[in-house]
Amino acid sequence: MISVILDILSWICLMGGSFLGISGAVGLFRFPDFFTRIHASGVTDTMCTVLIIGGLMLQAESWQMLAKLLMILLLLTYTSPTSAHSLAKSAIRGGLRPTLGSGD
Amino acid sequence: MVNLIDIVLMGLLLITAFAVVRMRDLFAIVMLFSIYSLVSASFFVNLDAVDVALTEAAVGAGISTVLMLGTLAMTRRYEERRPRHAPLLPLFIVAVTGAALIYGTLDMPHFADPQAPIHQHVAPRYIEQSGTEIGIPNIVASILASYRGFDTLGETAVVFTAGLGVLTLLGRFGRREELSDGRSMYHDMILRVIGKALVPLMLLFALYVQFHGELGPGGGFQAGVVAAAAFILYSIVFGWDRAQKIISPFVLNIMMASGVTLYALVGVGGMLLGGEFLNYNVLGSYPAGGQHLGIFLVELGVGITVAAVMLSIYFDFAARVAVRKMEAR
Amino acid sequence: MYIAATAAILIVMTLAVIRAVIGPTLYDRILAGNMFGTKTVLLIAIMSAVAGRADMVDIALVYALINFIGTIAVLRYFEYSTEEQEKAES
Repeated sequence: MISVILDILSWICLMGGSFLGISGAVGLFRFPDFFTRIHASGVTDTMCTVLIIGGLMLQAESWQMLAKLLMILLLLTYTSPTSAHSLAKSAIRGGLRPTLGSGD
Repeated sequence: MVNLIDIVLMGLLLITAFAVVRMRDLFAIVMLFSIYSLVSASFFVNLDAVDVALTEAAVGAGISTVLMLGTLAMTRRYEERRPRHAPLLPLFIVAVTGAALIYGTLDMPHFADPQAPIHQHVAPRYIEQSGTEIGIPNIVASILASYRGFDTLGETAVVFTAGLGVLTLLGRFGRREELSDGRSMYHDMILRVIGKALVPLMLLFALYVQFHGELGPGGGFQAGVVAAAAFILYSIVFGWDRAQKIISPFVLNIMMASGVTLYALVGVGGMLLGGEFLNYNVLGSYPAGGQHLGIFLVELGVGITVAAVMLSIYFDFAARVAVRKMEAR
Repeated sequence: MYIAATAAILIVMTLAVIRAVIGPTLYDRILAGNMFGTKTVLLIAIMSAVAGRADMVDIALVYALINFIGTIAVLRYFEYSTEEQEKAES
């Protein structure tokens, strides 16, 4: 019984993670400007990681695998938003400016 | 499913390789090289070669990228204009050579064919005897450190020589304490906090990879690279001068030499105890115990040398860039 | 389940590489490289879950650390060389 619940939960997590990943990649293509692409990439990257690794953790067979996946999860949750932030900050310092709207 | 992953990864390799050849912006080429290394690492994982994948991920995507960037900071950003002559003759020669190589591979046995000659002589002996003779689960580590220990000694000496070469060419700037590179990324507070929190974790992980190398993927090389990467992260975020106060070049020189010396001393110790050079059986009270001790010490030596050499090369590059900034002011 | 997730990650990796090749500015390429690195970590984690071996997850862990350092290093050295070029031109 409990394995069925775990299976369903990990299906949901993995499918959700895949959807977020693909939408992030499509956003990377369709958005017009670098700063909007950072939104697409940074946000969906982190959430996709959380969901996919969460789904894998539910299916883990030994406690070592569970612990290592947890470490990857924490590490990526720490560093992925930091990379996005540093990238945006360096771009501003480097002189790139966002393309602004027409104002109406 | 395995074939699908293979095909997609090879396709990515092709796209990346084409883009690297056609582009002129060297920073973009460095980023594409790191993507290339990652695709190779995924490919190796797919082929079940985990030690190689770990080394490729750590060295190719990490240290190589950082060192190439250090080189780029000293030279120009864009490549020269392409030469104007027509590429027909080189294209013809390359096509003929490629065709000859492909024709040569038609004679080779099928991939993973159990009757292939490579699986007939030495490999079955290693796979069958390694458990009883040496007794560690990771056969790659036992081949690298014990059966082919002499080759690994040569490789460590090569890494040491590379470190020596860079040291000789780029020189050291002695004790110029005023040399500072403007506290590099110190202005970014989030990066400072996260970077400071990651460095001890990375060092701990390097120790784990070093000592776990006998049981799973890992070993001396990978551990040395991860440890060097931890110090490089600190140096990038906090500045080269602070990193030098933590690990000074003098200590790095000593570490570089002591790793290779430890390796050679283990071999000589084997001779003094009655066996041949690099025979670990005589180091313990029973042969498998001696092998364990020998492999442990030897991997430790490799790890120390690799970490020290990588860090030393990075400090040499960073010193050059810092000096240029000072002179430009 | 794993097949669908693997296929999705491979699609994302392909799109990221294409963006890295096209992207007009350098920062687009760094962003695409960073995204590619994170997806590689996920791909290796899924492959190790399919194979059932817990030790392949070490590779994903090393890669997650190295990816971060690579991105930060590119940003730092790019700032260096743009400062140099501005000084050389001025």
